[in-house]
Amino acid sequence: MSIWEFANPRQFMGWSGRALPWVAGLAGLCLSAGLIWGFFFTPDDFRQGSTVKIIYLHVPAAFSAINGYLIMFIGSLIWLIRRHHVSALAARAAAPIGATMTLIALITGAFWGQPMWGTWWVWDPRLTSFLILFLFYLGYIALWAAIDDPDTAADLTSVLAIVGSVFAILSRYAVLFWNQGLHQGTTVTVADGAQQDNIANVFFYPLILSMAGFSLLFISLVLLGTRTHIRARRLRVLFQKEMRT
Amino acid sequence: MRDIGLTRGGVGLISGLTCDVGAGDCLFLRGRNGAGKTTLLRAMAGLTPVGSGTLTVDAPPAFSGHADGLKASLTVAENLEVWASLYGTVSIDAAVSAWALTPLLDRPAAVLSAGQKRRVGLARLLVTGCKLWLMDEPTTALDAGFVKDFEQVVRAHLAKGGAAVISTHLDLGVQGQTINLDEYRPDDAAVTLEDDWAGVM
Amino acid sequence: MIALLLRDLKLAVRSGGGFGLALVFFLIVVTLAPLAIGSDTTTLTAIGPGILWLGALLACLLSVDRIFGLDFEDGSLDVLATAPIPQESVFLAKSAAHWMTTGLPLTLMAPVLGLLLNLPAPALLAVTIGLALGTPALSLIGAFGGALTLGVKRGGLLLSLLVLPLYIPTLIFGAEAARRAAHDLPYQTPIVFLAAITLFAAAIFPFAGAAVLRINLR
Repeated sequence: MSIWEFANPRQFMGWSGRALPWVAGLAGLCLSAGLIWGFFFTPDDFRQGSTVKIIYLHVPAAFSAINGYLIMFIGSLIWLIRRHHVSALAARAAAPIGATMTLIALITGAFWGQPMWGTWWVWDPRLTSFLILFLFYLGYIALWAAIDDPDTAADLTSVLAIVGSVFAILSRYAVLFWNQGLHQGTTVTVADGAQQDNIANVFFYPLILSMAGFSLLFISLVLLGTRTHIRARRLRVLFQKEMRT
Repeated sequence: MRDIGLTRGGVGLISGLTCDVGAGDCLFLRGRNGAGKTTLLRAMAGLTPVGSGTLTVDAPPAFSGHADGLKASLTVAENLEVWASLYGTVSIDAAVSAWALTPLLDRPAAVLSAGQKRRVGLARLLVTGCKLWLMDEPTTALDAGFVKDFEQVVRAHLAKGGAAVISTHLDLGVQGQTINLDEYRPDDAAVTLEDDWAGVM
Repeated sequence: MIALLLRDLKLAVRSGGGFGLALVFFLIVVTLAPLAIGSDTTTLTAIGPGILWLGALLACLLSVDRIFGLDFEDGSLDVLATAPIPQESVFLAKSAAHWMTTGLPLTLMAPVLGLLLNLPAPALLAVTIGLALGTPALSLIGAFGGALTLGVKRGGLLLSLLVLPLYIPTLIFGAEAARRAAHDLPYQTPIVFLAAITLFAAAIFPFAGAAVLRINLR
């Protein structure tokens, strides 16, 4: 059995329906553990005080925001190449969730920035890039909403997602060129494994937990959204059939 | 054309249609509104993909849809010349005389009546020099006199080894086979929703 | 392809198909800016390059929906798609016509309007070079957006939502070059980046745009 079999809508509805409660439950578990540990059982930072604890929301949200775009891009690519309806609908479902994550990252960032930098917003490359990422998300969502025929909409949004990804990356580097930033460097670098230089272990473990929680939450929301879109699509076909008879 | 199936919006329009249009042939498409005449013509023109079956078009087709594709601020002659150079043909004279357009040549298309616009739109088919003409409701807005002209132009085209596919409600004085698309409408009982979506709930 | 280009140019000149309108819009933006911000010359010098670039961007955006929209409505696009000319060429010819009737006149007018904004000579030069190199990308991206929104009724707002984010890299490098020039700094780097983005756009958008046109004509 090929892996693509799982992408048949009926198959997908079957396994995703069974998987969803587990993924969602695990997400809730990781999130509550990570956040409670992070908020109440870690020491305050010696310079940043308790403000530092917002990273347990901010960093995972930012991480999910970027991964959301990645899911959108991959889903679109699969749709264009193999024309699997589920992948187009998954890309569609990922967009509003990714946009929300981007917004959460921006807002939590502003809350953190106010006491730290003395301002809610600066035109720092990282912040600006995220704002731009948000705009790209909005354009993609708006295009889906504007087109009636589902296959045409899937085709057009896929092309937009791919062209948009290229330009989002271009914008990222253009923004870096435009303004060197105030934002601190990356908090979590995966490259050097467990050995972290820029964050102490006490903060690191709960952060990993809440990142896992956010990712699982993201996955379960995407699954849920995709299931909704598949049902809507099925309804559409049923209506059309009814109109003919 | 072999066993063509077409779908629009996920629901089958036509199924099991097989026919062949050769040099000198004329094919009339009939059917209710929404029977799939326009969709079939657009599929032949290569605009819409066919759902199933094979559709081979050997000669490059010239397509004439509901709209005439005229530019209001260009004159009739300029409108035709654009298409002549895009299709790599030299002269628009034959088309102009066939459709009695000489007095209109220097008028901007904006001032033409609906019937005159249609004539220019049909004259484009001659300008392209293509063998296969695909025409969607070509006789709308033409009065009886010009419908006769139209028949004559089509007959001349067929006599020169051309072919035409015409969707129409009128009985035109041109020999040709007629297909009623209503007969190829998929059975409602057998309407297959795209397999993918069956039993999804 | 040349025939199509010539037709579009002729249409633009004859029927005010955006030609001229974009220029007037550009002029109005530049007139309104000092009214909103104040006539202090040092402030104007500082923000002048940005205003010129923003004005050019918006003026370009104003007319992109017509690139394919008009042809789609009157059926010409169907005929073009069945004509023996690849969709990629159609896209390229029509973007080129848009640039010649919008981007090019905007570029030529920018130094004059720059004088109104009290820009020093090097900045005028940088804005002009930047616009000359950057506006083709704006036309290509705009044409792509126009092709995307063909089937959408009253897609104007959607079009700007789709196109403006794609304009960001061009805007950043273009305005940066002019800003650097205003401070007598070397501005070669952003200009080179600007040209690179235009070349890149010319390489990908004819294909992306043609694909989108085919989808919309189904």
